[in-house]
Order: sequence, then structure tokens, then C-alpha cells
Amino acid sequence: MTTSPHDSHRPPETRRSRRKGNRAEEGAREVPLVEKPQFSTYYGRPVVKAPPWGDEIAAYLFLGGLAGGSSLLAVGARWTDRPLLRRNARLTALGAVGLGTAALIHDLGRPERFLYMLRTFKPTSPMSMGTWLLSSFSTAAAVTAAVEMDRLTAYRLPLGPARRVLRVCESPAEVGTTLLAAPLASYTGALLADTAVPTWNAGRDELPFLFASSAALAASGAALVSTPPEQTQPARALSAAAAIGEVASMKIMKKRMHPAEAEPLEDGAPGTMLRWAERLTLAGTAGSVLLGGRRPTAVLSGLLLLGGSALTRVGVLRAGISSAEDPRHTIEPQKDRLERRRAQGVVDDSITTVG
Amino acid sequence: MRSLTEDPARSAEAHGERAQERKSFFTDTSICIGCKACEVACKEWNGNPQDGDLELLESSYDNTGSLGANTWRHVAFVEQDQERIQTARESGRKLVSLGMPGVGPPSSSGASGPSGGRDTTPPDTAEFRWLMSSDVCKHCTHAGCLDVCPTGALYRTEFGTVKVQEDICNGCGTCVGGCPFGVIERRDEGIIRAKTERNQSRYAQEIANEGTANKCTFCHDRLVDGQTPACAQTCPTTSIKFGEHTDMVHQARERVAHLHSEGMTEARLYGANPQDGVGGTGSVFLLLDEPEVYGLPPDPRVPTKDLPRMYKHTVVAAAGMLAAVGASFAWGGRR
Repeated sequence: MTTSPHDSHRPPETRRSRRKGNRAEEGAREVPLVEKPQFSTYYGRPVVKAPPWGDEIAAYLFLGGLAGGSSLLAVGARWTDRPLLRRNARLTALGAVGLGTAALIHDLGRPERFLYMLRTFKPTSPMSMGTWLLSSFSTAAAVTAAVEMDRLTAYRLPLGPARRVLRVCESPAEVGTTLLAAPLASYTGALLADTAVPTWNAGRDELPFLFASSAALAASGAALVSTPPEQTQPARALSAAAAIGEVASMKIMKKRMHPAEAEPLEDGAPGTMLRWAERLTLAGTAGSVLLGGRRPTAVLSGLLLLGGSALTRVGVLRAGISSAEDPRHTIEPQKDRLERRRAQGVVDDSITTVG
Repeated sequence: MRSLTEDPARSAEAHGERAQERKSFFTDTSICIGCKACEVACKEWNGNPQDGDLELLESSYDNTGSLGANTWRHVAFVEQDQERIQTARESGRKLVSLGMPGVGPPSSSGASGPSGGRDTTPPDTAEFRWLMSSDVCKHCTHAGCLDVCPTGALYRTEFGTVKVQEDICNGCGTCVGGCPFGVIERRDEGIIRAKTERNQSRYAQEIANEGTANKCTFCHDRLVDGQTPACAQTCPTTSIKFGEHTDMVHQARERVAHLHSEGMTEARLYGANPQDGVGGTGSVFLLLDEPEVYGLPPDPRVPTKDLPRMYKHTVVAAAGMLAAVGASFAWGGRR
């Protein structure tokens, strides 16, 4: 905002250049529903702040999903008598949830206070709900994984009387993981959406579906990597279903967003990541469905699926953070929705009033 | 599920007999002179560390930038030319013509336009004007930060304000995203590091509450002693007014009606409507242009309002995932 007379000689501001390959798609999407609003910003400074969440949180989003999906595979494997898949999926679940929790704690401003998370049970806070989900899930997952480790070491672990307790707890713990695994994978969608960060908040209807799908992809990928093909047919089927879910929910999410909210998912580094995430996912799924019967191709497809899922999480996290940095992503959609409400005759819910 | 936002009335009940009338700020930016005494008083009283490296931001006389973990009052400076003044005046007039509830002075000159006989020439110079506004935490009726805090560190005080218990906060950062106004922030390593680099200098200082979320406390420590918050007490033009919420909103309405009757149709209130997306704010502002000109969101909405729907989608997505895994084993398992 300046009063300099030279400003009138400035060339008109151009939008950031798009990548060539995407032009057709972008053009098709960018039919403005409402007229471009005229507005100013305060020296281009951000209006909202993104949470101080670094890559540890992205890692947690990925690992929490991997853990949830893997423990569901383990349950299925137990029911359909696939011992190797059951063992590997259980161990993957515990490993992932353990690493994920460590990443979460490391990202805290005061890691030594992480237990304060359990001071309250607070339904208004997805973070609080998630903490309870995570802690109860990891307890259950630890029991099932401990049983597997004991079996793996031919019952040589010095457990003593605890072995009997462990045996008794196995089935209840498995019921626990069955109930908690899927919410653990999908709640992170609500965690990101329940913020004022424009791109995350605008994706509130679809993020849980996107993350649940991505979790299933990661779990299938891990199973393909860790387990011989004879026992991974269900994981391969799951990868196909999850890939459809992920691609569809991402498309629907972008379509329902205001263009200014969807833009961070397509531009810059996060956009590149998400494009690669989609490519890896599709390649991995094709590989797992068509070539998953042979070990080397199965492992490769599994790695692609894991990579795709991880990139999806990092991409969405970073896209949100970058959407908070430019006030345009905040102000433009807000002005539009305010105008739309006013056009509908709703004038009593504006924060700006004249009396 | 009806709503998941915190209910200030019930929070007040929790304080029992100690609960008091809700306290608020009314920041009248039409008489702000941009002296930044509020910024200084706030820093001094609360012992907040310095932000950044004392650089010039090249944005008028504002070198503070924005509200944050270490800056709880921020004076915005906006320079505007004649054209922009006209636009602001027009947009204010449009608000009146929208027929909002309780619009305008009840008995004076009617909806808009100059009133008969009086000099309604707005007091600015014809060529340009400066807008100055002291921004602060809004202490929302439905506070996003408070809702999403997982530890209970953020709470509703007996004065109806929102405060962080710095000995409880574990710095998870959720509240930073939960605030629709970008007010609360974690006092982070990045900021701390800038200070430790200057450890040898005479400006070196000890950082309190490192790694926790920080924002305006409404000078809670002063309120319990019956004092006025530091910023309001120090404001030399009474641009920052402090008092009971109903009184502040009443004063704000009177002031905006007065300005309109003088031809300053650009005047408008921000946060005085209990029906807005955050249920009205505990810091009401009188602005002279659109909110985004001052760096305020034009239509903030507390994210928790949509949380029941988000939970519903979370559960449906989880059920879908469970079903997909089940189906994969039922049908995908055959060789």
C-alpha cells in the first residue's frame, strides 16, 4: 500500500507461472464461480499463522496411518490364517506407531511435558482425541507385537509368568486394534482440518478419506515389502481399492475448494510432491496388482506405495503451511463467501457491522 | 451433535463466585495516533523478549510487523491516497445500505448521507490519510485456540478472557493453527536463537516460557488486582478503552453512529456482532476501512464450528477403511 505516483507505471501483477504439463487441467478447473474480488492486504503479510509443525508431524501422519493399516491387515491375516503376513504386519504396526509417537514428542516445544497431553479428555480438540486414540492403540499394538516377538524367538524371552498374561491379553488387544486402527488413520484429517489454515480447513470434508486411503496404501506397501507373495493377495487387493480412494478424494477435495485454497496443492514444492505422490501411487498399485505375484516386483511396488503415501502426507502438510503464508489464500475465499451470503440476503452474521 | 465450541457461560460458572462480568477492549482506531505506547507498555509489563533483529520493515512506520509470541500489541500503519479513501467511504456506506441489524444512529440523520446544516466534511486532508490501529488478541467468545488445546493449558478466565497457563502448555502448536486471526504463536527456537546469538550484547535477556504458546493475557495479573491492562492504561488518546463487555460494545456503537453522522461513512465496527463466525470478540475495533486493509480476516470462522461434521467424516472414512480391508480379505484373498 503506497501513494507513490510511480505505481501506475508498474506492469500488472501476473500470477505465478504454471507448470506446462498441467496447463490443460488447470484451465479446465479455473472457471471462476464468482467475480475476482478486489481487495488489499496489509503489506502482503499473512493473516493467519500455520502451526509450527515440521517434517516430524508429516512423518507422524504417515507412520500413524501405516500402523493403523498394518494392524488391520494383521487382524485379517489372523482370521484367514496367513501367519507370516500377521507377524510382519503386527511388527510393522508397533514399529511405526512407536516411531510416530517419538516424532510427535520431538516436535513439541516442550517435549518433557508430553504426558500433559493426557491431563484432559477434550472432544473439542482433535489433538486430544488423537492422543487418546494413539496411546490406547499403541498399548494394544504392543501386546500383539510382543506375542509375535515371543513366538519369533521361540519363547526364549525371559517373560516368566508374564507370558500367560500376554497370551490372555492377545485377543482383547486385537479387538482393540481393530476398533482403533481405522480412526487412528483417519482422525489426522480432522486434526489438520480443524484449523484456520485455509487449504486444510477447506479440505475438511475429504481429508479424512484421503488420509484413510493413504494409510491403507502404506500398509499394503509395507506388507508387499515384508511378506512373500503367497500371503499378500489381500494387501494387493487393498492397494487397488485404496488407490482409487486416494485419487478420487484428492480430486473431489480440490474441486470443492475455492481456487485460492486449492492452488497451494498444485503450485510450488508441495504441488510437485503431490504430483509425484500420485504417480508413485498409481505405479505402485499397477505393480502390486499386475506383478505382485513375484517377490522382486512386489517389493518394488511396495516401496513405490510407501513412497507415494509419505509424499502425500508431506505434500498436504506443506501445502497448508504455504497457504497460510500468503494472505491471498485467506482473504480471497473469505471475501467471496461473505459476498455470497450477502447476495443470499444473509446480513446478520458478518464480523463487520455499522452499529 | 449440536456444537463443540466452548460455552463461555458455562466456563464462567466453573469459576463460581469469583466469576466477574466479561471484560473487553474497545480499540477506537479513529483516534489512534500510532505512538506505539501500547506496544511498549505491553512488552515492559509482561517482560516479553524482543522480536527479530531491530530491522526496518519498510512498511510505513510499522517495524513490528505482526502479532506473535513476543508481540501482544501491534500498531498497524496504512497510508492511503484520495482514491482509496473514497473506496473505503463507499464500502462503509454499502454496509449501511445492506440493512444490517441495529444500523446507524437511531434518531439522527437517517441511514446515510450528510445531515442537514452540519459541516460533514471529513476531517482528513483531501490528498491522503494515515490509518493507525492497535491490534491485539480478540479474546473470542468462541475461541479456536482454547477449543483445540489438548492439554487444557488455554482456559477461560474469570473475566471472560482467554489465557495460556504457561506451566501447563507443552508447545504442541495446535492453537497456532486454531486461531482465525493469527494471534497466538509458539515462542520458538528460531526466535530464541536470534537472541542467544546476541548473548554477549547488552541487550541479552533471559527468555521466559520458551517453547510454549504465548499471546495477550489481557494482563490477567493486573485484572485480579482491579487494575487496567497496561496498554489501555498507557494509551494517551484513549484509543484503547477497557471495561465491561456490554459497556464497550455500547460505546463502540455510539461512536460509529457519531462518526457516520459527521460524514465519515468509512467507520465500521469489527467484532461487535455476537452472530459472527467467532461469536463476537472480546476486543472490539472501530475501523476506517475494510478489515483486510489492517491485516484482519474479513470473515473469520472458528474452525471448531465445523468439528462435529469433521468427526462424522472421520468416522465414515474409518468405517470405509475397515470395510475395504474386510473386502480385500473376503474377495481379494482367493488365489
